[in-house]
Amino acid sequence: MQISLSVNGTSHELTLDPRTTLLDALRQHLGLTGTKKGCDHGQCGACTVLLDGRRVSACLTLACMVQDQPVTTIEGLGTPEALSPLQQQFLDHDGFQCGYCTPGQICSATAMLKEIAAGWPSHASADLTGPIALTHAEIAERMSGNLCRCAAYANIVDAIRQAAGAQGDAA
Amino acid sequence: MTRHLKVDAPIPDSPLDHMAQGVLGKPVSRLEGPLKVTGRATYAAEARPEGLLYGVLVQAAIPAGKVLSIGDAPGAMVVIHDPRLIRYAAQGMATEGPTAGPDEVEYMGQAIAVVVAEALEAAQAAAQALQVTYEAKDVPVDPEAVEPERPEDKQSATGDLDRAMQDASHTLDQIWHTPSHTAAAMEPHAATAEWSGDTLTVRAGYQMLATSREQLADAVGIKPDQVRLLAPYVGGGFGSKLGINADSVAAAIAAQQLGRPVQVVMTRQQVFDLAHRRSETRQRIRLACDTQGKLTGIGHEALVSNLPGVSFSEPVTQATPFTYQAAHRQIVHAIARVHRSCAGSVRAPGEAVGATVFECAMDELAETAGIDPVELRLRNIPDTEPCTGRPFSSHKLAEALREGAARFNWSDRRPTGQRREGDWYIGMGVASAVRVNSLIESRARVTLQADGRAIVETDMTDIGTGSYTILGQIAAETLGLAVDRVEVRLGDSDFPPASGSGGSFGAASSGTSVYLACAEIRSQIAALIGCDEADLTLQNGQVRTGNVSRPLDALLTGELTGDGHLEPGKTEDTVRQATWGSHWAEIAVNRWTGEVRVRRMLGVFACGRVLNEKTARSQCLGGMTFGLGMALTEAMAHDPRDGHIVTRDLAEYHIPCHADVPPLEVHFLTESDTYVGPLHAKGLGELGICGAGAAILNAIHNACGVRVRELPATPDKIIAGLQS
Ligand code: FES
Ligand code: FES
Repeated sequence: MQISLSVNGTSHELTLDPRTTLLDALRQHLGLTGTKKGCDHGQCGACTVLLDGRRVSACLTLACMVQDQPVTTIEGLGTPEALSPLQQQFLDHDGFQCGYCTPGQICSATAMLKEIAAGWPSHASADLTGPIALTHAEIAERMSGNLCRCAAYANIVDAIRQAAGAQGDAA
Repeated sequence: MTRHLKVDAPIPDSPLDHMAQGVLGKPVSRLEGPLKVTGRATYAAEARPEGLLYGVLVQAAIPAGKVLSIGDAPGAMVVIHDPRLIRYAAQGMATEGPTAGPDEVEYMGQAIAVVVAEALEAAQAAAQALQVTYEAKDVPVDPEAVEPERPEDKQSATGDLDRAMQDASHTLDQIWHTPSHTAAAMEPHAATAEWSGDTLTVRAGYQMLATSREQLADAVGIKPDQVRLLAPYVGGGFGSKLGINADSVAAAIAAQQLGRPVQVVMTRQQVFDLAHRRSETRQRIRLACDTQGKLTGIGHEALVSNLPGVSFSEPVTQATPFTYQAAHRQIVHAIARVHRSCAGSVRAPGEAVGATVFECAMDELAETAGIDPVELRLRNIPDTEPCTGRPFSSHKLAEALREGAARFNWSDRRPTGQRREGDWYIGMGVASAVRVNSLIESRARVTLQADGRAIVETDMTDIGTGSYTILGQIAAETLGLAVDRVEVRLGDSDFPPASGSGGSFGAASSGTSVYLACAEIRSQIAALIGCDEADLTLQNGQVRTGNVSRPLDALLTGELTGDGHLEPGKTEDTVRQATWGSHWAEIAVNRWTGEVRVRRMLGVFACGRVLNEKTARSQCLGGMTFGLGMALTEAMAHDPRDGHIVTRDLAEYHIPCHADVPPLEVHFLTESDTYVGPLHAKGLGELGICGAGAAILNAIHNACGVRVRELPATPDKIIAGLQS
């Protein structure tokens, strides 16, 4: 079927099998392989992209479902020459090893910080309505959909807190 | 010119300690990092050659027997069912392809065919709908229900352990079980194969190119020099990509048959079935000590499993013979032949489960004997290797224990069950860390271009280990260049063959070959300026000797090339080489739900020279987190009827996630091991997992008095313990 996708500000017209996921459309048809496939079942977070600014699992999203919504992938957040603040902090803090979960972590963190800024509480928040402190526990809770077998977790949380300008608190 | 080194003797004075650049060991950010954080690093399934076809593996639905027929696949181009398809992955460093012949099924989930189509979706649907008929046969799948093999060369005994147990003041005799584990690297196994005439190029996830190339050539039926492998970026390995797997062979055969490039990507479920599992273990440990806690007897009996005819068996007791002193000792190693998926190396084969269980046993003995667990370990550290009398190349266990105790505030630990905060019992635990060390033959080529930039080429891989960066640092240090003047090219089998990534030997082995290649270039520079290599100082692109100083690029008239070739030598045998450390954990156990929360962990490690503080620390964080998973959540469940893996996805097999992992601390002891070549560096990719889980399990006991000997310590087991 004919599908039009808007990815990183560019529109694409594609002829796709209707069963094609957003993840496979990005990777196999648009050559945007920065978005990774770790499980194809919504269990690992490697495929996280931003749909209208909100994080979603691209493997659980059919390409034909998102024709009207702008998609942002890791390629749209920064380039090797011009890293986004989060990308720079991941690099500085060694927030990755093999790098396979990394695009998903960074896309997820980008949207997650906006969720905090918008006042959405989490299981780890001390208060459901008050301001949310960027503690280790708060960030770890919100990032738990993004698995990292290399286990760069401690560094990822540090990178996110630094990028978000969090101060103090180790726990 | 090649500079060759066989490590036959210690090298007390390393030339690297006299270099001027000052970049080795520094926390340099990963050289390939900008590509990884922007999604530009391309992994195995990310090549898109013209005319690419998609292959999907079909798996056997019986535990053992024969494939009688395979139906058609409407919607797909072809079903390939070729006798060359392999039954299981090659073991690391094998030089031949593994057993082929998919019609003979040895375990549930074995790859038996590959369906190829123009579109991935069509190939997936056709593979799922494929009709296969079988003749199944009854086979054993429970390792404890068969009479195991006991190979003679894997048993050993000194003195009389039974007698030592009778005569001892304190003893321990317990049995532990650890379940099968999986590497679960985040990048699923994938291969993209393309033929050009009779040469085959495969881009895939591999840890070791040189041997994988021989395996693939053998499996496909061509010569190794007709195969080129590419693995510039590998999304984690942890042992699961040491040897070729079904994806590579299926893609190669399909591409050959169809005359077009073919990509085969395993589903996550297929990775669980087809990547080697770490064998489950049953371990009996017997310990005997005197009133002072001096060990008199050590017994370690292991039962592991594998498929019939596969030579690998989990070396559970590998570190037991040399970790602690005792006059009476016994090692028993039994292998049950069962039809579960193939077992092989998963991060730190041997010590990951063996040292972890042994360190739990030491904790139990400490409690029985009424001695502090740190003190018990300190009292039993041998001066030389027990049984052989060989010296240790370096031994840092005592220092790691003392340093860790101080850093972790071990003196705050209370007796069992005496610390509570609300609904949570709090406890602290310790374990020793130990892992054998080795070097593997490695080659590298370095080219110093006329403009003073260097290029490093070797078929070494970077599977997240930091190879790009440390090899760049070694070259930069030796040639006196800023790191950004060095380009490192890895993961191409056209480059000189290195050790590959596995067994913690990669950094020291490939790093030494890069150093040797650079040392060769140094001697050529010395000749150009007319001095001895020893009188040469290279720094920031300047060449100095005596009071002469010239820019490197002004001195060079063309490019210089050096080859480096490292071979392990006599120091493999003359000394016992190992890395050492200590693990510390503070945990909380919920008194109602049995939930365990890890509050903090510390790892203190000695691994020789640290080549890059930042990436080395990350390796240790990764290992410690693997240990956390082993202690608390990770278990592959096998169906008791047919052996198949029940927990075969990331929702059922629980690797640690962000919320499971507290802030972790890593501390490196200063150490320089002179027996491992001029780098003075040893491996550390695995040390972090060896014993980490024991610190957590021991902390659980300290918190609430529950001993869990059936790993992992899930809430059901803790609750059962709390109730009794
Ligand atoms: S690939 Fe989408 S969540 Fe794993
Ligand atoms: S960096 Fe390897 S899985 Fe996260």
